[in-house]
Amino acid sequence: MSTSTLPVSLRSGTVAASGRRRSTRLPLWLVSWLQVGPLALILIVLFALPTILFLVVSFYDYDRVGIYPAFLLDNYRELLTTPATWRVYVSSLRFAFIVWAITLFLGFNIAYFLIFHIRSGITRTVLFLLCAIPFWTSGIIRTIAWIPFLGRNGAFNQILMGLGLTSHPLTFLLFSDFAVIVTYVHLFTLLMVGPIANSLSKIDPALLEAAVDAGASRWRTMVDVVIPLSKTGIVLGSILVFTQVMGDYFVVRQMSGGQSASIVSMLSTQIQAMEYPPAAANAVVLVIFVAILVAGMMRIVDVRKELVK
Amino acid sequence: MDSRFDVELISVTKRYGTTLAVDDISLRIPRGTYCCLLGPSGCGKTTTLRMIAGHEAVSGGDILIHGENVSDLPPIKRGTAMMFQSYALFPHMSCLDNVAFSLKMRGVAKKERHAKAREYLALVHMADYADRLPAQLSGGQQQRIALARALINRPRVLLLDEPLSALDPFLRIKVREELKRLQRELGITFIHVTHSQDEAMALADLMVVMENGHIRQSAHPRDVFERPVSPFIARFIGSHNVLRNNEGPIAVRADRCWLGSAGDGPHVNGQVVAVEYQGAMVRVAMMTDTGDEVSALVPDQTFYQKPAEPGDPATLVWSPQDTHALLEA
Repeated sequence: MSTSTLPVSLRSGTVAASGRRRSTRLPLWLVSWLQVGPLALILIVLFALPTILFLVVSFYDYDRVGIYPAFLLDNYRELLTTPATWRVYVSSLRFAFIVWAITLFLGFNIAYFLIFHIRSGITRTVLFLLCAIPFWTSGIIRTIAWIPFLGRNGAFNQILMGLGLTSHPLTFLLFSDFAVIVTYVHLFTLLMVGPIANSLSKIDPALLEAAVDAGASRWRTMVDVVIPLSKTGIVLGSILVFTQVMGDYFVVRQMSGGQSASIVSMLSTQIQAMEYPPAAANAVVLVIFVAILVAGMMRIVDVRKELVK
Repeated sequence: MDSRFDVELISVTKRYGTTLAVDDISLRIPRGTYCCLLGPSGCGKTTTLRMIAGHEAVSGGDILIHGENVSDLPPIKRGTAMMFQSYALFPHMSCLDNVAFSLKMRGVAKKERHAKAREYLALVHMADYADRLPAQLSGGQQQRIALARALINRPRVLLLDEPLSALDPFLRIKVREELKRLQRELGITFIHVTHSQDEAMALADLMVVMENGHIRQSAHPRDVFERPVSPFIARFIGSHNVLRNNEGPIAVRADRCWLGSAGDGPHVNGQVVAVEYQGAMVRVAMMTDTGDEVSALVPDQTFYQKPAEPGDPATLVWSPQDTHALLEA
């Protein structure tokens, strides 16, 4: 008898316990919604709604005093048929490509050095911090900081003349494309270092030895093993750098001395003139353009799949 | 360049800063030998293997392969190939491309190198997996791919870094049979690093036991087992009781000991601490009155004729001819 009552009492005990637990527990579907909720709310209010708003406004009519609901394609037609638009896009793309190439080269090498050549964990952390700490300063301040350095009577020219390398100050250093690129590279190299270092750190160092063991030169090890395995980081970094340069406003304005314009500065001019619908159309085109670029890069690597690995 | 030895180490030393990882070791490995480097972790066996492979520079001494000094040559010029402990397969390449990798590095055309790689995949019974990625294979299958990749260069010496440690015990025994068969068929020298004496005993023609950066004994496993030179060796290869008599330390094989009485021959007194039934044999662990841990491996029939329990006083006995004198530790 006692043996048969034991399982029964055990079973009733579990029922009671699980029943009690269930009463304090929220239904699963609600838990999921609560988990997704905060982020969804932020994305809807701060991203989706404004995007829809400027998409709608981009079709509106306007004059000097106000904007009027309408469905006109004129804003887009004007934007896309103005040679100035194309010039600005070409100029921004050119900056983006040059900066992408330089930051990729620097970022990859810095990341490789940090991951594979620095053996001590402490040294690596310190060096990473040295890379990251400048990021705690505002980008605007880091941009402006180049002006006294690169200016006509700036530190760099003083050094060059002091060393006798040049007799009079170099003027192309500041308020030029050169200055814009230097600033971009300074601002954005870390955006490459981070993702690439992350990818590289996941490579088993034994793979490099295995490649050497199979007779691969340093270069072939790079091309056949390291670069394919850090593709995710390279693409992520490239997306970050590209979108940053394409969406830049301040650097081109400050550092080019008015010789170059950026897409956003064109947009801001329109906003200052209260031409909201063309500005909105401009923004829509920029978003689509960047989205296509990013989608193209994503095609090379399925970043989402790689990230969950 | 004909030499009777595949690999010769001459006073090889490896220093990391002030620590000596490998201290002035010399070793000759005859042609077509299955050589096991055996020892506890940190004894320098892996470092030695990596120096032979060329992945670690020697701090002193020379490494000869087929009579040629290769100390300063890169791995590919040494005629060695290494199988890594983690297998180190390239995760982004198919098995076929993994195996064909070294041919690609030599500039062999795609069609040719793939044909060759398929041959080696067939050799390790992995022909059906040519297009899979390493992550889609089990540990044992990955190991076969790693083996094919190492062999495709037709190395003179194959270096294996703890090749069986990542496998489950059942597979370990199967794979070790296969490694031995492969070594016999290819007729080349295998140098196999392991910390398992079972593995080394089962495989090796030449068993090299290392400790603290030194080679303590190198001989055929049978010689090592029957004539260990020191208490360390006797303890490390196991199944030995290390004791002392008037002349110094001695070793007696556990399977040559039995529980008897003091009149039967050389003996020690103590107490039974554990009895392990192992099938054909029963292992009786004892603590001697002098505090040594000893054991007797007794055939099951013998044991159950006169069983012992933990806590029983007992006398461990052996025949005088089984006493093996050891060098002082």
